[in-house]
Order: sequence, then structure tokens, then C-alpha cells
Amino acid sequence: MPVSTNEIIKNRAVVSDDWSVLRLQEGETAESVSIPAGKVIVPFSVWQAQRAQLQDRKPIGVWLSSDAQADVLKEDLAHFDLVAVDFPKFTDGRGYSIAYNLRTRLAYSGELRAIGDVLRDQLFYMQRVGFDAFAVRADKNIHDALKGLTDFTEKYQTSWDEKTPLFRRVNRQAVSQD
Amino acid sequence: MYRYDQYDHQIVKERVAQYRDQVRRRLSDELTEEEFLPLRLQNGLYMQRHAYMLRIAVPYGMLSTAQVRMFAHIARTYDRGYGHFTTRQNIQFNWINLEQSPDILAELATVEMHAIQTSGNCIRNTTSDELAGVAADEIIDPRPYAEIIREWSTFHPEFAFLPRKFKIAISGSEQDRAATAVHDIGLHVVKNAEGEVGFRFLVGGGMGRTPIIGSVIREFLPWQHALTYLEAVLRVYNQHGRRDNKYKARIKILVKALGAEEFGRQVEAEWADIKDGPATLTVEELQRIAQYFVPPPYETLAASDVGFEAHKAENKGFANWLLRNVKAHKVSGYAAVILSVKKTGVPPGDITAAQLDFVADLADQYSFGEVRITHEQNLVLADVKLSDLFTVWQAVKAQGLATPNIGLLTDIICCPGGDFCSLANAKSIPIAQAIAEKFDNLDFQHDIGEIELNISGCINACGHHHVGNIGILGVDKDGSEWYQVSIGGAQGNNTSIGKIIGPSFSAQQMPVVIERLLDVYVKQRHEEELFIDTVQRLGIAPFKEYVYASPIPTGYTHGEDACVY
Repeated sequence: MPVSTNEIIKNRAVVSDDWSVLRLQEGETAESVSIPAGKVIVPFSVWQAQRAQLQDRKPIGVWLSSDAQADVLKEDLAHFDLVAVDFPKFTDGRGYSIAYNLRTRLAYSGELRAIGDVLRDQLFYMQRVGFDAFAVRADKNIHDALKGLTDFTEKYQTSWDEKTPLFRRVNRQAVSQD
Repeated sequence: MYRYDQYDHQIVKERVAQYRDQVRRRLSDELTEEEFLPLRLQNGLYMQRHAYMLRIAVPYGMLSTAQVRMFAHIARTYDRGYGHFTTRQNIQFNWINLEQSPDILAELATVEMHAIQTSGNCIRNTTSDELAGVAADEIIDPRPYAEIIREWSTFHPEFAFLPRKFKIAISGSEQDRAATAVHDIGLHVVKNAEGEVGFRFLVGGGMGRTPIIGSVIREFLPWQHALTYLEAVLRVYNQHGRRDNKYKARIKILVKALGAEEFGRQVEAEWADIKDGPATLTVEELQRIAQYFVPPPYETLAASDVGFEAHKAENKGFANWLLRNVKAHKVSGYAAVILSVKKTGVPPGDITAAQLDFVADLADQYSFGEVRITHEQNLVLADVKLSDLFTVWQAVKAQGLATPNIGLLTDIICCPGGDFCSLANAKSIPIAQAIAEKFDNLDFQHDIGEIELNISGCINACGHHHVGNIGILGVDKDGSEWYQVSIGGAQGNNTSIGKIIGPSFSAQQMPVVIERLLDVYVKQRHEEELFIDTVQRLGIAPFKEYVYASPIPTGYTHGEDACVY
């Protein structure tokens, strides 16, 4: 299988990427699908079904669907060089909580990639909950999407990226406009 | 009144820039309409029947006069000279150009306003009691907590794409004036036996097609934990709320499916991870916010005023207005004045630019420069001296904002309906107007006493019809507009969901339907008994029987629509 020359956003820069995402096609099952060579991000269902063969394979990534819970990776997290969360639709917000829980509850510190319907105007939120890599939807300009990471310079509330709420971080006082 | 600091200013400024660029990308087709839709909704911009509608956030209904004047300016410059107050204590403008919408946001930012999260599947404007801080029955002023929730929910990264819209209401008084039981989360600020402040936490209330009264999942949550507990509730909902069917996506369906006890258990489990973490509120933060809500510099006044008493005794019109539109104040010598935005002939909640400017001037002169919006779509001047009431009344009267009908039959809660809203199945404003015209007689209204009549043009229930003593819901039957009537709904401490009395009616029949409901009430009521109490005592049967006893003219004279029976 040829190495992918796709570009992704990683650590706030556009970089080339040689991972490929395995998605089951019609008629394929998690048990029977063959895993191509190279750096592959497999669905969690495939990991579960083929763990015996896959656990010696390095590097390997896994992706969670939006209806999964972060907790399903609890036992296996150390195996993965990359964890991805799929956004089947950019309006499906479950992936944000999955990412938050992977980072906080499971203390996952490796690459956390948003895949699927990943668009510019969601990137700011995605990075806040712990994503550090973004496979922007192929028909969109990834350099344009990069700007989405810097839409805001301040935030009120805590999340993965900011452990301290604004009210504990700074001394806040009303600005007189009189 | 809360004032922005540099951080609030910065965030709102950056939002304007972000949104301006989103509009640019939409206009140049870099964004498809489908991609743009949730973005513009999270900025309060809807595509309506005729034009775009912009809904501007009024956090917990509080406005400075500069903000009210900005509304007048927007009405004149970008709209057709008027705006509309909503049941979420917001204001909306119905005739907006997409191209101009970023400019409106930029203008709003100059008076510390925005349209962030007034729509979309995210945490909406938190609503509260319009008499917060002045109500005689207040336990704790809820506004500092409402502001804390506003900041926390603004651009919360994890909860911007929830299964459905999410509404929070907070009340700090004996009497709930914020309809907390029909919100996704309802908060009651309470004191425990030790005098500590906390929240009674209700979840899973809501209206729409499945009206449900919220369940208490915690009787007392110490105030310091408000944000972490909210976060836990939202995280459970975000992960487990249904996304396969938008009509079953609200948190109320999840709470109902799991049971409140199990839902509460999951929230507590989620909370265990974040409880006492950095998001725990501090005394310093509460004090910082609370300083914006300290009482204005009240004068020391007697509990009554000679001139006021004389006018009250001499002028029946003034006395009527006092009776209905003026509320008790916790400070001696002051009163809270409700300006009725429910004059017969005007769509409920609609206000002109001239009236907005007038209200701002009046508030500057008589009420410490502050105005509030009620969820019943009226305005409040919260701090008027008794000695000024007569002057204020005369001024307000001249502007058509003194109809003495607050809490009465013509103080109708009404959504914009089919005249504007693209979701509506039926018009609602003409129904409200026809009913208001038929029962315009104030003596009759005063005789009927307090009654809530709420009208929604569709099942989304923006007009809160489920909790109206009389609720009217517009429905579509084979392409024509019909109206379903329920009675026995109530908001407040004894919230209840109305029961449908039977088959629906045509628009033309509605005033007679209301007349018949009132006939039954007048005939059957005990002395001093309110309509809602009579309905609860008798049940809907006698009302149903009488309303359907004989045909009501439909307005149609021929064809199969000539008679509904």
C-alpha cells in the first residue's frame, strides 16, 4: 500500500501525514477485514476482533466512533501510537466529551486526532478538549482551516487545554467606559 | 448591572471578527448553507419566512439604558423600526440582511452586548426572575449566579454541539417567576438549615412536543459546586442524549428514559472526577460578580407618600394600573413597575424604536438607568419611587405601555408564529389580537382575574402554551391552520401541564371558544377563585362539554369546511 501523502494539522502546523484510516466497507467485518501495511488507524471494533494479531504491530492507531465512550480504551491505551475520534457529522458533538475524557480521566498523552467531518469553525473547540491533530475534510483548504485554531485568545472556562478558569487566572475588574 | 471587563470585551470582539469572516466565507461560497447554518444559529441568526431574524442575548433579562437605545438604533437602521421581546428574555429583529449582521454585532459590542448562543444546539441564554434583587419575597439574588453561568457557558468547548438546544433558568425567590420547572435545568437558590447558600437542582423539564416537569436530582448543592455540577450534567447529556431523532433529543427524554434517580447517579459519578477541582467557585469570584448587583442608591423613604395616595384615591385609571402593573418592592417607598407590551392591536412583545427610546429616558430619570425583560414579554422598571408613580404612569400611558392588564386575559404570551417563523404550523399573532379585541373591556378582565393565556404557533412551544391556564397551539391539518386548546396549565411553584379539551378549532372560532371557557368559569367559580383553581377543582369535563355543546361558526359559509362537526 502506498504511503499516504495527506496533510493534516498537527501541533498548530500543516504537516504531511503517512497514517491511513481504515474504515470498514460494505460486506467487510471487523473479524475478517485485512489490515493494510504501513501506519494504520483501525476502528476500535477491528482492534477488539483482531487484538491477538494487532497487539504486536507497531506503530498502530485506533479510532473511536462518536457513540463510543473513552472508557473502552482503558485497558489497551498503552498499545496505541495514536488515538483518533471520528466526527461523522461536524454537528455531532459527542467526540468533544470523548476527547476530554481520554485526556483527563484516562490521562492519555499521545496524539489525539479528529477525523471525519472536521471543519475550520470547530477546530478551536476541538483543541480545547484535547485534540492536537486534525484531519481536515479533504475538500477544504487546510491552510485556511488552520486559522480556526486562533479564533479566540481568551476563554472563561476550564477544559483540557486550560486547567484554571479565568476567574482564578487573572485579576478581573470592570473597565470604566464613562 | 454587570459591566464587562477587558476579557469580556476581548472575547466579544473576537467573536464579531470570527462571525464576520464566517459571513464572508458564506457569501463567497467557501461555506455551504448547511455548514453555515449551525454557525449563524449560534449567533442568533435564523432564516425566517421573509428575511433573516437576529436574536440578541439579554443575559437574565437585564438591560442598561444605553443597551435599550442601541435596540432603538438597530430597529431604525437595520430593521423596520421595531423589535420583539421573547419568552427567553431576549429581543429579536425580524427584517435583517445577512450582509449587515456582522455590523450589528459590532455595534452591539460597543454597549456590551452580543448574540452568542441565542440559538443552536448549545447552552442558551440563562433566564431568571425579572424582579431579582427587588422582589419582596426574595431569598437570595440569583443574578450573580446567572452571570457566573453566562460566562461559564459562553463558548464552552465541549458543549457547543449538543444533541439539542439547552436552556437553564434560575430563581431566588419564594415564588418561582422563571418557569424553572420547564427548563432543561432549573435552579432554585436556597438556604439550608445552617443558612448556607446552595441550589436545588432540577433537570429534564421542558415543553415542546413532550412536555415534562423537571425532576429534582439534588435538594441542596453548595453554591461553590455550581459549575462543576453543571458540567457533569452536560457531559452525561452530551454523551447519552439521543441524536437519532431530534424530537427525542432533549435532556428530558434521557432523564425520563433513565429515570431521574439513575440520571442523578450518573451525574454524581461524573461529578466525582471534577468535584473540588479548579472550576470550583471561590468566595472572591462570587464577591467580584455580586458587587455589580448591589442595590442602587435608594433614598430613605416612608412606606407611603401623600401625593401618591391622593392620586390613587382620585384617579381610577391610575388605581387600576397600580393594581395590575405595579409590584411590591423590598425597599420602603419604592415599587417595581411593569410596562405592558400587550396593548390590544399590537402583536404581544412588539415594541417600536420610539418606545424603546422613551423607555430608556424614563428609566434614566426614574429607575437608576436600568430596564428588565420578563419572560411574559413585558418590561420592568424595577426601582421607581412611589412619589414618581403618577408622573411615570402619565408618561407611559401616552406611549401605549400602560395597559393595566398584567396577569390578566390580554397579557397574552405569544410567539411570532406563522407571520414570521418558518417553523410555525399556524399564525399566532392574529389569534392573540382577535382574543384581545373581543375581551378588551378592562372591567370584564378585572372581574375574570388572573389568568394566563399562552399561544404557540407550533409544537416547539415558544409561546409556552403547555403552562398557560388556557393554552393554544397552532396545528396544521391538511394544509390549513387549526388551533388545539388546553386548559389547566400553570407556571410557577405549582407548575402543571395543560390538558387538551378536544378537537381543534379554526382561527375564526377561537374568540368564541375562549368566551365559552370563561362562561363555564364564571358560572362555576367559588368566590375569589381563580380560573386555574376552578379548572383544577372541576377537571376539564364541564369545560369540554360546554365548548363543544353547540357548533361555533367557522367563518366558512360553504364547502366541506362550513362546519367542523
